[in-house]
Amino acid sequence: MRALTSLFVREMQLAIRIGGGVWMGVLFFLCVIVVVPFGIGPDLNLLSRIGPAILWIGALLASLLGLDRLFQADRDDGSLDLLLMGETPLELVVFVKCLAHWAASGLPLVISAPVFALFLNMDPIATAALTVTLVAGTPALTLIGAIGAALTVSLRRGGLLLAILVLPLTIPVLIFGVSASNAALNLTLPFTTPFAILCALTLISAVVEPYAAATALRFASD
Amino acid sequence: MAIIDLANPTRFMRLTDRLLPWLVGATVVSMAIGLYLALYVSPEDYQQGATVKIMYIHVPFAWLSMFAYTVMAIASFGTLVWKHPLSDVSAKAAAPIGAAFTFLCLVTGSLWGKPMWGTWWVWDARLTSVLVLFIMYLGIIALWRTIEDPIRAGKAVAVLTLVGYINIPIIKFSVNWWNTLHQPASVVRMDGPSMPPSILIPLLVNALAFTLLFMTLHFIAMRSEILRRRIRTLRQHEAAGAAGVARATTSVQATASAHSPKTNKAPVEAPS
Repeated sequence: MRALTSLFVREMQLAIRIGGGVWMGVLFFLCVIVVVPFGIGPDLNLLSRIGPAILWIGALLASLLGLDRLFQADRDDGSLDLLLMGETPLELVVFVKCLAHWAASGLPLVISAPVFALFLNMDPIATAALTVTLVAGTPALTLIGAIGAALTVSLRRGGLLLAILVLPLTIPVLIFGVSASNAALNLTLPFTTPFAILCALTLISAVVEPYAAATALRFASD
Repeated sequence: MAIIDLANPTRFMRLTDRLLPWLVGATVVSMAIGLYLALYVSPEDYQQGATVKIMYIHVPFAWLSMFAYTVMAIASFGTLVWKHPLSDVSAKAAAPIGAAFTFLCLVTGSLWGKPMWGTWWVWDARLTSVLVLFIMYLGIIALWRTIEDPIRAGKAVAVLTLVGYINIPIIKFSVNWWNTLHQPASVVRMDGPSMPPSILIPLLVNALAFTLLFMTLHFIAMRSEILRRRIRTLRQHEAAGAAGVARATTSVQATASAHSPKTNKAPVEAPS
Protein backbone atom coordinates (compact mmCIF):
# COMPACT_ATOMS: atom_id res chain seq x y z
CA MET A 1 0.00 0.00 0.00
CA ARG A 2 2.79 2.39 0.89
CA ALA A 3 4.51 1.59 -2.36
CA LEU A 4 1.32 2.36 -4.28
CA THR A 5 0.81 5.64 -2.41
CA SER A 6 4.33 6.77 -3.11
CA LEU A 7 3.94 5.75 -6.74
CA PHE A 8 0.80 7.88 -6.95
CA VAL A 9 2.57 10.85 -5.36
CA ARG A 10 5.53 10.42 -7.72
CA GLU A 11 3.30 10.31 -10.79
CA MET A 12 1.42 13.42 -9.66
CA GLN A 13 4.64 15.31 -9.01
CA LEU A 14 6.02 14.35 -12.40
CA ALA A 15 2.82 15.45 -14.06
CA ILE A 16 2.45 18.78 -12.29
CA ARG A 17 6.03 19.98 -12.46
CA ILE A 18 7.69 21.48 -15.51
CA GLY A 19 7.64 19.10 -18.46
CA GLY A 20 4.54 17.29 -17.23
CA GLY A 21 2.14 19.00 -19.59
CA VAL A 22 -1.06 18.91 -17.51
CA TRP A 23 -2.41 22.07 -19.12
CA MET A 24 -1.63 20.89 -22.62
CA GLY A 25 -4.69 18.64 -22.62
CA VAL A 26 -6.98 21.41 -21.40
CA LEU A 27 -5.60 23.78 -24.01
CA PHE A 28 -6.17 21.22 -26.74
CA PHE A 29 -9.70 20.70 -25.40
CA LEU A 30 -10.29 24.46 -25.64
CA CYS A 31 -8.95 24.49 -29.20
CA VAL A 32 -11.33 21.72 -30.27
CA ILE A 33 -14.29 23.54 -28.71
CA VAL A 34 -13.30 26.79 -30.43
CA VAL A 35 -12.74 25.17 -33.82
CA VAL A 36 -16.14 23.45 -34.00
CA PRO A 37 -18.29 26.62 -34.27
CA PHE A 38 -16.05 27.82 -37.10
CA GLY A 39 -16.86 24.59 -38.88
CA ILE A 40 -20.60 24.42 -38.33
CA GLY A 41 -21.53 28.10 -37.97
CA PRO A 42 -22.36 30.36 -35.02
CA ASP A 43 -25.99 29.25 -34.60
CA LEU A 44 -26.43 29.20 -30.80
CA ASN A 45 -29.51 26.96 -30.85
CA LEU A 46 -27.70 24.34 -32.87
CA LEU A 47 -24.62 24.64 -30.66
CA SER A 48 -26.61 24.20 -27.47
CA ARG A 49 -28.28 21.13 -28.94
CA ILE A 50 -25.05 19.40 -29.98
CA GLY A 51 -22.96 20.94 -27.18
CA PRO A 52 -22.71 17.77 -25.06
CA ALA A 53 -21.55 15.80 -28.09
CA ILE A 54 -18.89 18.38 -28.95
CA LEU A 55 -17.62 18.50 -25.39
CA TRP A 56 -17.51 14.71 -25.16
CA ILE A 57 -15.63 14.34 -28.44
CA GLY A 58 -13.24 17.09 -27.35
CA ALA A 59 -12.63 15.35 -24.03
CA LEU A 60 -12.10 12.03 -25.80
CA LEU A 61 -9.51 13.49 -28.19
CA ALA A 62 -7.80 15.47 -25.43
CA SER A 63 -7.53 12.42 -23.20
CA LEU A 64 -5.70 10.57 -25.98
CA LEU A 65 -3.00 13.22 -26.08
CA GLY A 66 -0.81 12.41 -23.11
CA LEU A 67 -1.43 8.66 -23.14
CA ASP A 68 1.61 7.69 -25.17
CA ARG A 69 3.86 8.95 -22.37
CA LEU A 70 2.03 6.89 -19.72
CA PHE A 71 4.57 4.05 -19.77
CA GLN A 72 7.07 5.32 -22.31
CA ALA A 73 8.66 7.89 -20.00
CA ASP A 74 9.19 5.16 -17.40
CA ARG A 75 10.67 2.87 -20.03
CA ASP A 76 13.06 5.57 -21.22
CA ASP A 77 14.54 6.19 -17.79
CA GLY A 78 14.46 2.53 -16.75
CA SER A 79 11.98 2.82 -13.91
CA LEU A 80 9.54 0.57 -15.79
CA ASP A 81 11.97 -2.32 -15.33
CA LEU A 82 12.02 -1.63 -11.59
CA LEU A 83 8.23 -1.63 -11.51
CA LEU A 84 8.18 -4.91 -13.44
CA MET A 85 10.63 -6.57 -11.07
CA GLY A 86 9.15 -5.15 -7.88
CA GLU A 87 7.02 -7.08 -5.43
CA THR A 88 3.90 -5.00 -6.01
CA PRO A 89 1.64 -6.71 -8.56
CA LEU A 90 2.01 -5.05 -11.93
CA GLU A 91 -1.77 -4.90 -12.36
CA LEU A 92 -2.05 -2.67 -9.28
CA VAL A 93 0.86 -0.56 -10.45
CA VAL A 94 -0.86 -0.05 -13.81
CA PHE A 95 -4.12 0.81 -12.05
CA VAL A 96 -2.45 3.38 -9.80
CA LYS A 97 -0.60 4.89 -12.74
CA CYS A 98 -3.90 5.22 -14.61
CA LEU A 99 -5.50 6.79 -11.55
CA ALA A 100 -2.69 9.32 -11.26
CA HIS A 101 -2.80 9.99 -15.00
CA TRP A 102 -6.53 10.59 -14.79
CA ALA A 103 -6.15 12.90 -11.79
CA ALA A 104 -3.49 14.88 -13.63
CA SER A 105 -5.04 15.00 -17.11
CA GLY A 106 -8.67 13.83 -16.96
CA LEU A 107 -9.76 15.82 -13.95
CA PRO A 108 -8.64 19.18 -15.41
CA LEU A 109 -10.76 18.38 -18.46
CA VAL A 110 -13.78 17.69 -16.26
CA ILE A 111 -13.24 20.90 -14.29
CA SER A 112 -12.83 23.02 -17.41
CA ALA A 113 -15.83 21.50 -19.19
CA PRO A 114 -18.49 23.67 -17.42
CA VAL A 115 -16.56 26.79 -18.45
CA PHE A 116 -16.35 25.65 -22.05
CA ALA A 117 -20.06 24.78 -21.95
CA LEU A 118 -20.73 28.52 -21.73
CA PHE A 119 -19.27 28.96 -25.21
CA LEU A 120 -21.78 26.45 -26.52
CA ASN A 121 -24.80 28.11 -24.92
CA MET A 122 -25.67 25.08 -22.80
CA ASP A 123 -28.19 25.57 -20.00
CA PRO A 124 -27.20 24.84 -16.35
CA ILE A 125 -28.94 21.46 -16.12
CA ALA A 126 -27.26 20.18 -19.27
CA THR A 127 -23.92 21.48 -18.04
CA ALA A 128 -24.33 19.75 -14.71
CA ALA A 129 -25.33 16.49 -16.38
CA LEU A 130 -22.40 16.74 -18.76
CA THR A 131 -19.95 17.30 -15.92
CA VAL A 132 -21.30 14.32 -14.00
CA THR A 133 -21.06 12.06 -17.06
CA LEU A 134 -17.50 13.25 -17.71
CA VAL A 135 -16.53 12.44 -14.11
CA ALA A 136 -17.98 8.97 -14.53
CA GLY A 137 -16.70 8.34 -18.06
CA THR A 138 -13.23 9.83 -18.44
CA PRO A 139 -11.58 7.26 -16.11
CA ALA A 140 -12.74 4.58 -18.56
CA LEU A 141 -11.03 6.49 -21.39
CA THR A 142 -7.75 6.56 -19.47
CA LEU A 143 -8.02 2.88 -18.54
CA ILE A 144 -8.80 1.79 -22.10
CA GLY A 145 -6.01 4.01 -23.34
CA ALA A 146 -3.59 2.27 -20.96
CA ILE A 147 -3.84 -0.86 -23.12
CA GLY A 148 -2.84 1.09 -26.19
CA ALA A 149 -0.05 2.76 -24.23
CA ALA A 150 1.24 -0.61 -23.04
CA LEU A 151 1.09 -2.14 -26.52
CA THR A 152 2.95 0.72 -28.14
CA VAL A 153 5.43 1.28 -25.31
CA SER A 154 8.41 0.00 -27.25
CA LEU A 155 7.61 1.88 -30.45
CA ARG A 156 9.29 5.16 -31.12
CA ARG A 157 6.33 6.85 -32.74
CA GLY A 158 3.48 5.00 -31.10
CA GLY A 159 1.18 7.96 -30.45
CA LEU A 160 -0.73 7.77 -33.72
CA LEU A 161 -1.02 3.99 -33.64
CA LEU A 162 -2.26 4.27 -30.06
CA ALA A 163 -5.11 6.53 -31.14
CA ILE A 164 -6.07 4.11 -33.94
CA LEU A 165 -6.06 1.13 -31.61
CA VAL A 166 -7.90 2.82 -28.77
CA LEU A 167 -10.61 4.86 -30.50
CA PRO A 168 -12.82 1.92 -31.61
CA LEU A 169 -12.79 0.61 -28.05
CA THR A 170 -13.94 3.95 -26.64
CA ILE A 171 -17.08 4.13 -28.78
CA PRO A 172 -19.38 2.68 -26.05
CA VAL A 173 -18.15 5.26 -23.51
CA LEU A 174 -18.81 8.06 -25.97
CA ILE A 175 -22.28 6.76 -26.84
CA PHE A 176 -23.47 6.43 -23.26
CA GLY A 177 -21.78 9.62 -22.10
CA VAL A 178 -23.46 11.68 -24.78
CA SER A 179 -26.83 9.98 -24.47
CA ALA A 180 -26.86 10.47 -20.69
CA SER A 181 -26.11 14.18 -21.09
CA ASN A 182 -28.76 14.48 -23.77
CA ALA A 183 -31.27 12.62 -21.62
CA ALA A 184 -30.94 15.29 -18.95
CA LEU A 185 -31.63 17.87 -21.64
CA ASN A 186 -34.86 16.70 -23.27
CA LEU A 187 -36.32 14.56 -20.49
CA THR A 188 -37.92 12.08 -22.87
CA LEU A 189 -35.53 9.46 -21.62
CA PRO A 190 -34.49 8.66 -18.04
CA PHE A 191 -31.04 9.99 -17.19
CA THR A 192 -30.19 7.11 -14.89
CA THR A 193 -30.29 4.27 -17.46
CA PRO A 194 -27.46 5.42 -19.75
CA PHE A 195 -25.63 6.88 -16.77
CA ALA A 196 -25.71 3.56 -14.93
CA ILE A 197 -24.37 1.80 -18.05
CA LEU A 198 -21.63 4.45 -18.31
CA CYS A 199 -20.62 3.76 -14.69
CA ALA A 200 -20.69 0.03 -15.44
CA LEU A 201 -18.36 0.56 -18.42
CA THR A 202 -15.90 2.43 -16.20
CA LEU A 203 -16.01 -0.30 -13.56
CA ILE A 204 -15.55 -3.06 -16.16
CA SER A 205 -12.55 -1.25 -17.61
CA ALA A 206 -11.12 -0.81 -14.11
CA VAL A 207 -11.17 -4.60 -13.75
CA VAL A 208 -10.20 -5.76 -17.24
CA GLU A 209 -7.84 -3.14 -18.60
CA PRO A 210 -5.10 -3.23 -15.90
CA TYR A 211 -4.74 -6.98 -16.50
CA ALA A 212 -4.50 -6.58 -20.25
CA ALA A 213 -2.10 -3.63 -19.98
CA ALA A 214 0.08 -5.47 -17.46
CA THR A 215 0.21 -8.53 -19.73
CA ALA A 216 1.20 -6.36 -22.67
CA LEU A 217 3.89 -4.62 -20.59
CA ARG A 218 5.40 -7.94 -19.50
CA PHE A 219 5.58 -9.12 -23.09
CA ALA A 220 7.02 -5.82 -24.27
CA SER A 221 9.90 -6.11 -21.82
CA ASP A 222 10.93 -9.64 -22.84
CA MET B 1 -3.79 -36.42 -34.21
CA ALA B 2 -3.98 -33.83 -31.46
CA ILE B 3 -3.66 -30.12 -32.03
CA ILE B 4 -0.29 -30.17 -30.27
CA ASP B 5 1.11 -32.45 -32.99
CA LEU B 6 0.56 -29.60 -35.41
CA ALA B 7 2.92 -27.48 -33.32
CA ASN B 8 5.71 -28.77 -35.50
CA PRO B 9 5.67 -26.45 -38.51
CA THR B 10 7.22 -29.09 -40.77
CA ARG B 11 4.46 -31.54 -39.93
CA PHE B 12 1.90 -28.79 -40.50
CA MET B 13 3.43 -28.04 -43.89
CA ARG B 14 3.32 -31.70 -44.87
CA LEU B 15 -0.30 -32.09 -43.75
CA THR B 16 -1.53 -28.94 -45.50
CA ASP B 17 0.42 -29.96 -48.58
CA ARG B 18 -1.80 -33.03 -48.84
CA LEU B 19 -4.95 -31.23 -47.66
CA LEU B 20 -4.83 -28.14 -49.84
CA PRO B 21 -5.70 -29.67 -53.25
CA TRP B 22 -8.82 -31.24 -51.72
CA LEU B 23 -9.76 -27.95 -50.05
CA VAL B 24 -9.30 -26.01 -53.27
CA GLY B 25 -11.39 -28.57 -55.13
CA ALA B 26 -14.17 -28.49 -52.53
CA THR B 27 -14.15 -24.69 -52.60
CA VAL B 28 -14.41 -24.50 -56.37
CA VAL B 29 -17.17 -27.11 -56.58
CA SER B 30 -19.27 -25.73 -53.74
CA MET B 31 -18.87 -22.17 -54.94
CA ALA B 32 -19.92 -23.15 -58.46
CA ILE B 33 -23.01 -24.92 -57.10
CA GLY B 34 -23.76 -22.07 -54.70
CA LEU B 35 -23.47 -19.32 -57.29
CA TYR B 36 -25.49 -21.33 -59.82
CA LEU B 37 -28.25 -21.86 -57.26
CA ALA B 38 -28.15 -18.21 -56.25
CA LEU B 39 -28.15 -16.77 -59.76
CA TYR B 40 -30.40 -19.16 -61.69
CA VAL B 41 -32.46 -21.29 -59.32
CA SER B 42 -33.44 -19.05 -56.43
CA PRO B 43 -36.50 -16.86 -57.00
CA GLU B 44 -36.40 -13.11 -57.34
CA ASP B 45 -37.86 -11.06 -54.56
CA TYR B 46 -41.31 -9.62 -55.33
CA GLN B 47 -40.17 -6.20 -54.14
CA GLN B 48 -36.43 -6.10 -54.68
CA GLY B 49 -36.20 -7.94 -57.99
CA ALA B 50 -32.80 -9.28 -58.95
CA THR B 51 -30.90 -7.12 -56.44
CA VAL B 52 -31.83 -9.53 -53.68
CA LYS B 53 -29.17 -11.84 -55.12
CA ILE B 54 -26.46 -9.66 -53.64
CA MET B 55 -27.55 -11.23 -50.37
CA TYR B 56 -26.03 -14.57 -51.40
CA ILE B 57 -22.54 -13.15 -51.23
CA HIS B 58 -23.20 -10.35 -48.74
CA VAL B 59 -24.36 -12.62 -45.91
CA PRO B 60 -21.42 -15.06 -46.24
CA PHE B 61 -19.02 -12.09 -46.12
CA ALA B 62 -20.72 -10.82 -42.97
CA TRP B 63 -20.57 -14.27 -41.41
CA LEU B 64 -16.88 -14.66 -42.29
CA SER B 65 -15.96 -11.22 -40.98
CA MET B 66 -16.96 -12.48 -37.54
CA PHE B 67 -15.66 -16.01 -38.10
CA ALA B 68 -12.19 -14.72 -39.00
CA TYR B 69 -12.07 -12.59 -35.86
CA THR B 70 -13.10 -15.59 -33.78
CA VAL B 71 -10.30 -17.62 -35.37
CA MET B 72 -7.89 -14.81 -34.49
CA ALA B 73 -9.19 -14.67 -30.91
CA ILE B 74 -8.79 -18.44 -30.43
CA ALA B 75 -5.32 -18.29 -31.96
CA SER B 76 -4.41 -15.37 -29.68
CA PHE B 77 -5.56 -17.38 -26.68
CA GLY B 78 -3.27 -20.17 -27.89
CA THR B 79 -0.39 -17.72 -28.19
CA LEU B 80 -0.79 -16.33 -24.68
CA VAL B 81 -1.70 -19.49 -22.78
CA TRP B 82 0.11 -22.37 -24.50
CA LYS B 83 2.67 -20.43 -26.55
CA HIS B 84 1.63 -22.71 -29.41
CA PRO B 85 4.16 -21.87 -32.13
CA LEU B 86 1.65 -21.94 -34.96
CA SER B 87 -1.10 -19.93 -33.31
CA ASP B 88 0.45 -16.54 -33.89
CA VAL B 89 1.13 -17.58 -37.47
CA SER B 90 -2.57 -18.42 -37.72
CA ALA B 91 -3.60 -15.11 -36.14
CA LYS B 92 -1.34 -13.14 -38.44
CA ALA B 93 -2.54 -14.98 -41.54
CA ALA B 94 -6.22 -14.52 -40.64
CA ALA B 95 -6.05 -10.74 -40.10
CA PRO B 96 -5.77 -9.48 -43.72
CA ILE B 97 -8.22 -12.12 -44.97
CA GLY B 98 -10.74 -11.14 -42.31
CA ALA B 99 -10.25 -7.47 -43.11
CA ALA B 100 -10.80 -8.18 -46.82
CA PHE B 101 -14.02 -10.09 -46.12
CA THR B 102 -15.25 -7.31 -43.82
CA PHE B 103 -14.47 -4.74 -46.50
CA LEU B 104 -16.32 -6.80 -49.12
CA CYS B 105 -19.25 -7.13 -46.71
CA LEU B 106 -19.39 -3.34 -46.42
CA VAL B 107 -19.05 -2.84 -50.19
CA THR B 108 -21.71 -5.38 -51.13
CA GLY B 109 -24.00 -3.99 -48.43
CA SER B 110 -23.48 -0.52 -49.81
CA LEU B 111 -24.18 -1.68 -53.37
CA TRP B 112 -27.32 -3.35 -52.14
CA GLY B 113 -28.37 -0.33 -50.12
CA LYS B 114 -28.18 2.11 -53.01
CA PRO B 115 -31.14 0.66 -54.99
CA MET B 116 -33.05 -0.44 -51.88
CA TRP B 117 -32.66 2.42 -49.43
CA GLY B 118 -31.70 5.06 -51.99
CA THR B 119 -28.38 5.76 -50.28
CA TRP B 120 -24.92 4.24 -50.15
CA TRP B 121 -24.67 4.40 -46.42
CA VAL B 122 -27.10 4.37 -43.51
CA TRP B 123 -25.99 4.73 -39.90
CA ASP B 124 -27.81 1.55 -39.13
CA ALA B 125 -26.67 -0.38 -36.07
CA ARG B 126 -25.44 -3.38 -38.05
CA LEU B 127 -23.60 -1.39 -40.68
CA THR B 128 -21.96 0.75 -38.04
CA SER B 129 -20.77 -2.17 -35.96
CA VAL B 130 -19.31 -3.87 -39.04
CA LEU B 131 -17.51 -0.62 -39.84
CA VAL B 132 -16.08 -0.52 -36.31
CA LEU B 133 -15.01 -4.15 -36.73
CA PHE B 134 -13.26 -3.20 -39.96
CA ILE B 135 -11.37 -0.39 -38.20
CA MET B 136 -10.34 -2.85 -35.49
CA TYR B 137 -9.00 -5.24 -38.14
CA LEU B 138 -6.97 -2.43 -39.65
CA GLY B 139 -5.62 -1.48 -36.21
CA ILE B 140 -4.52 -5.08 -35.62
CA ILE B 141 -2.81 -5.24 -39.02
CA ALA B 142 -1.13 -1.91 -38.28
CA LEU B 143 0.22 -3.28 -35.01
CA TRP B 144 1.51 -6.40 -36.80
CA ARG B 145 3.36 -4.19 -39.22
CA THR B 146 4.97 -1.87 -36.67
CA ILE B 147 6.69 -4.39 -34.38
CA GLU B 148 9.55 -6.00 -36.24
CA ASP B 149 10.17 -9.19 -34.26
CA PRO B 150 7.33 -11.63 -35.14
CA ILE B 151 7.22 -13.30 -31.71
CA ARG B 152 6.92 -10.05 -29.80
CA ALA B 153 4.46 -8.67 -32.33
CA GLY B 154 2.41 -11.85 -31.94
CA LYS B 155 2.12 -11.41 -28.19
CA ALA B 156 1.19 -7.73 -28.41
CA VAL B 157 -1.39 -8.41 -31.10
CA ALA B 158 -2.79 -11.32 -29.08
CA VAL B 159 -3.52 -9.00 -26.15
CA LEU B 160 -5.14 -6.48 -28.47
CA THR B 161 -7.19 -9.14 -30.27
CA LEU B 162 -8.56 -10.58 -27.03
CA VAL B 163 -9.39 -7.15 -25.61
CA GLY B 164 -11.17 -6.39 -28.87
CA TYR B 165 -13.03 -9.69 -28.70
CA ILE B 166 -14.33 -8.82 -25.23
CA ASN B 167 -15.29 -5.38 -26.48
CA ILE B 168 -17.14 -6.43 -29.64
CA PRO B 169 -20.38 -7.43 -27.83
CA ILE B 170 -20.23 -4.22 -25.77
CA ILE B 171 -19.73 -2.11 -28.90
CA LYS B 172 -22.52 -4.00 -30.67
CA PHE B 173 -24.87 -3.43 -27.73
CA SER B 174 -24.07 0.26 -27.39
CA VAL B 175 -24.36 0.87 -31.13
CA ASN B 176 -27.81 -0.76 -31.02
CA TRP B 177 -28.75 1.55 -28.15
CA TRP B 178 -27.37 4.59 -29.97
CA ASN B 179 -29.20 3.69 -33.16
CA THR B 180 -32.60 3.24 -31.55
CA LEU B 181 -32.03 6.56 -29.85
CA HIS B 182 -31.27 8.43 -33.05
CA GLN B 183 -33.53 6.76 -35.58
CA PRO B 184 -36.81 5.14 -34.72
CA ALA B 185 -37.68 1.91 -36.49
CA SER B 186 -37.89 3.46 -39.95
CA VAL B 187 -34.84 1.65 -41.24
CA VAL B 188 -35.47 -1.23 -43.58
CA ARG B 189 -34.99 -4.43 -41.67
CA MET B 190 -33.98 -7.52 -43.55
CA ASP B 191 -35.15 -10.01 -40.97
CA GLY B 192 -38.71 -10.24 -42.19
CA PRO B 193 -40.59 -13.54 -42.09
CA SER B 194 -38.53 -16.70 -41.79
CA MET B 195 -36.85 -17.63 -45.05
CA PRO B 196 -38.41 -20.13 -47.42
CA PRO B 197 -36.11 -23.04 -48.35
CA SER B 198 -35.75 -21.77 -51.93
CA ILE B 199 -33.68 -18.90 -50.53
CA LEU B 200 -32.23 -20.60 -47.48
CA ILE B 201 -30.56 -23.53 -49.28
CA PRO B 202 -28.57 -21.42 -51.80
CA LEU B 203 -27.59 -19.14 -48.93
CA LEU B 204 -26.31 -22.03 -46.84
CA VAL B 205 -24.40 -23.53 -49.78
CA ASN B 206 -22.80 -20.15 -50.41
CA ALA B 207 -21.94 -19.74 -46.74
CA LEU B 208 -20.25 -23.14 -46.82
CA ALA B 209 -18.42 -22.30 -50.06
CA PHE B 210 -17.07 -19.02 -48.70
CA THR B 211 -16.08 -20.65 -45.41
CA LEU B 212 -14.10 -23.21 -47.42
CA LEU B 213 -12.59 -20.33 -49.38
CA PHE B 214 -11.54 -18.72 -46.11
CA MET B 215 -9.96 -21.94 -44.87
CA THR B 216 -8.07 -22.40 -48.15
CA LEU B 217 -6.77 -18.84 -48.12
CA HIS B 218 -5.94 -19.11 -44.44
CA PHE B 219 -3.87 -22.26 -44.91
CA ILE B 220 -2.05 -20.77 -47.89
CA ALA B 221 -1.34 -17.58 -45.94
CA MET B 222 -0.11 -19.61 -42.95
CA ARG B 223 2.22 -21.60 -45.20
CA SER B 224 3.70 -18.50 -46.74
CA GLU B 225 4.07 -16.92 -43.29
CA ILE B 226 5.97 -19.97 -42.06
CA LEU B 227 8.22 -19.84 -45.13
CA ARG B 228 8.71 -16.11 -44.63
CA ARG B 229 9.82 -16.71 -41.05
CA ARG B 230 12.19 -19.46 -42.15
CA ILE B 231 13.77 -17.12 -44.66
CA ARG B 232 14.06 -14.47 -41.97
CA THR B 233 15.76 -16.94 -39.62
CA LEU B 234 18.09 -18.17 -42.37
CA ARG B 235 19.03 -14.59 -43.19
CA GLN B 236 19.75 -13.88 -39.54
CA HIS B 237 21.85 -17.04 -39.30
CA GLU B 238 23.70 -16.02 -42.42
CA ALA B 239 24.35 -12.55 -41.07
CA ALA B 240 25.34 -13.89 -37.66
CA GLY B 241 27.45 -16.60 -39.35
CA ALA B 242 29.27 -14.07 -41.49
CA ALA B 243 29.98 -11.90 -38.50
CA GLY B 244 30.96 -14.95 -36.41
CA VAL B 245 33.36 -16.28 -39.06
CA ALA B 246 35.03 -12.92 -39.33
CA ARG B 247 35.48 -12.80 -35.58
CA ALA B 248 36.59 -16.44 -35.41
CA THR B 249 39.24 -16.10 -38.10
CA THR B 250 40.75 -12.99 -36.53
CA SER B 251 40.88 -14.63 -33.10
CA VAL B 252 42.33 -17.81 -34.60
CA GLN B 253 44.98 -15.83 -36.41
CA ALA B 254 45.75 -14.02 -33.18
CA THR B 255 46.21 -17.26 -31.25
CA ALA B 256 48.11 -18.81 -34.13
CA SER B 257 50.58 -15.96 -34.19
CA ALA B 258 50.88 -16.08 -30.40
CA HIS B 259 52.07 -19.69 -30.28
CA SER B 260 52.73 -20.59 -33.87
CA PRO B 261 54.68 -23.86 -33.63
CA LYS B 262 52.01 -25.88 -31.77
CA THR B 263 48.60 -24.85 -33.22
CA ASN B 264 49.19 -25.41 -36.88
CA LYS B 265 46.08 -27.51 -37.46
CA ALA B 266 43.52 -25.12 -35.94
CA PRO B 267 43.38 -22.13 -38.38
CA VAL B 268 42.63 -24.16 -41.49
CA GLU B 269 39.38 -25.56 -40.08
CA ALA B 270 37.51 -22.25 -39.94
CA PRO B 271 34.55 -22.46 -42.33
CA SER B 272 34.58 -19.94 -45.10
